[in-house]
Amino acid sequence: MADIELQGISKKFGPNTALRGVDIDIKDGEFFVLLGQTGAGKTTTLRVIAGLEKPDTGTVLIDGQDATTWNAAERDVALVLQQYSLYPRLTVRGNLEFPLKSRTQNFTADEITQRVERAAETLQITRLLDRKVERLSGGEMQRVSIGRAIVRQPRVFLMDEPLSALDANLRDVLRVELKKLHQELGATFVFVTHDQVEAMSMGDKIGVLDRGKLIQVGTPDDIYAKPLNTFVARSVGTPPMNLVDGVVKGGKAVLNIGGHALSIANSKAQDGQNIRFGIRPEDVLISPDAPAEARIFDVENHGVIKILTLDLDGTHVHATVSAQMKVKIDDTVRFGWKPDKVLYFDPVSGLNLSIQ
Amino acid sequence: MPSEVMTRLDPKSHAAAKGMSDLSIRNLFIVPTIVFLIVFNIFPLLYSLGYSFTDFRASTNAPANFVGLQNYRELLNDPFIWKNFSITAKYVLISVTGQVIVGFGLAMLLNRSIPAKGLITTLLLLPMMLSMAVVGLFWKLLYDPNFGIINYFLGLGKFEWLADPDMALYAIAIVDIWMWAPFVMLLSLAGLSAVPKHLYEAAEIDRAGSFYTFFRITLPLVAPILMIAIIFRTMEAFKTFDLAYVLSSQPNTELIAIRLYKMAFQEWQTGMSSAFAYIVLIMVVAITNIYVKYLNKVKAR
Repeated sequence: MADIELQGISKKFGPNTALRGVDIDIKDGEFFVLLGQTGAGKTTTLRVIAGLEKPDTGTVLIDGQDATTWNAAERDVALVLQQYSLYPRLTVRGNLEFPLKSRTQNFTADEITQRVERAAETLQITRLLDRKVERLSGGEMQRVSIGRAIVRQPRVFLMDEPLSALDANLRDVLRVELKKLHQELGATFVFVTHDQVEAMSMGDKIGVLDRGKLIQVGTPDDIYAKPLNTFVARSVGTPPMNLVDGVVKGGKAVLNIGGHALSIANSKAQDGQNIRFGIRPEDVLISPDAPAEARIFDVENHGVIKILTLDLDGTHVHATVSAQMKVKIDDTVRFGWKPDKVLYFDPVSGLNLSIQ
Repeated sequence: MPSEVMTRLDPKSHAAAKGMSDLSIRNLFIVPTIVFLIVFNIFPLLYSLGYSFTDFRASTNAPANFVGLQNYRELLNDPFIWKNFSITAKYVLISVTGQVIVGFGLAMLLNRSIPAKGLITTLLLLPMMLSMAVVGLFWKLLYDPNFGIINYFLGLGKFEWLADPDMALYAIAIVDIWMWAPFVMLLSLAGLSAVPKHLYEAAEIDRAGSFYTFFRITLPLVAPILMIAIIFRTMEAFKTFDLAYVLSSQPNTELIAIRLYKMAFQEWQTGMSSAFAYIVLIMVVAITNIYVKYLNKVKAR
């Protein structure tokens, strides 16, 4: 149980800068998700928290204590990796016992057995206890790896894309289990992922990283509804937020492509200002009396919904509609948007103008 | 069905133009090797098996008489031969153990980022590339009681490394360790660098001590390749001849290979020495088999 604070963490690997002045404040018991592309610095951030990398500058505080110079063992964290990192040639039990058995720990044999069995029960791997880890499936290996983290009751759980190597069904199952585990243990979780669905569905808080910089921290709702810039806007949601350039003219948004005029509900935008309008696919309306016209480029049927790709002279705009709607490729439809859902970004800096 | 395993000869190739078939090309490569093997290995092997049941001496023209198992019986009842065997066993044990400890230790030291790692590795491998007889000769100079540099540095005065009956075998083993520890080091290094780094990180996170990490992670993962090194070195040490022959001629350092050489080419007891060679062969095969069994067990775990 601990809260973690990173202050101005920077890290370079040779000529590559992995982190540029990252500040994060993770509260005790929080499920914190670091979201970002490959190379954004998520894993490096996690390794800095774990004590496996020393930051070039900046401070790591655990429970308010400066832990920058502490090694991994002193920090008392548990780490679950994408590649499981199970100890080969040992059984599942051997792996689960490993963190309890080392010289620095003082557990009695009874205590060890008890803890291992409790962890195995929690993760439903009791029947696998005496099996060699080489003979497990990917999902089972990841459960063991999580089990090895929970036997010790560390202060913080760090997870580096633990679900990415699993197939889709198993990922959904383990996602739910991890959330449940977090609720039961009440411990601090830091979870790294590139998968925005995982981030949205699991996190209490999400931190969006881009090229070594922490762009925005917020609840999933905040990140989704009030993205700080176009990068955050497009990193959550499937399909991603539509961004179209246009001008505000007479209280309406006039798109640069096609010259469609759509109504807006924002009074802050000045007349004649260039704006990059952001609109989520579910806020794009398809109806016969809508103001603009487009050709349907593609239809994806997801059962519950259909995702339409509208073609506006080469620019693609996504719209999610009810699966009942009868549309086919190359149909011409009329579309509009919900004026109150439109976000306004600066076309140059990408910043959200309604937040500034 | 050769056509199923072999690549068909390109009909436009030179070989095809000369009228050669796939089969004749295959034979062209394989037959000389097989002939060579039969003439120089298999034939002498079987021929000496025949000799081992006779009282043949290659130094005389006297015809060989069949004596049955008498050679074997005599050899196995000879206490001096058993002494040779126990000397050899002791030598193998000291030498291989030393090589594994030194070689594995060097590998552990080299398995991290240090400056000039490549150069150091190459230099450490040099002893292995020298000729046994040359190594034997210059170590004999190093060990020399009168002007040897070893006594000079250790301040041992006129200590007789190679003449002292208790020390001579160790002295030879030290040379063997010096020469062949790099071999164990090379294989261990390959094994060590194959241990995934994330396992060490996981162990660090799990707060395992360095000894615990070594015995639970490093050693089990390097064990199979280390076993291969040990098999090679045991077989070689068992057969050691030149090094010991050049360094010392004491009864206390008379390894089986030396005894065998003397019996065959100084005493000219060809039949007897053939029998002796067969006993040694069977022992080496047996020891190797035990190792291989154990290796497979280590691998299966």
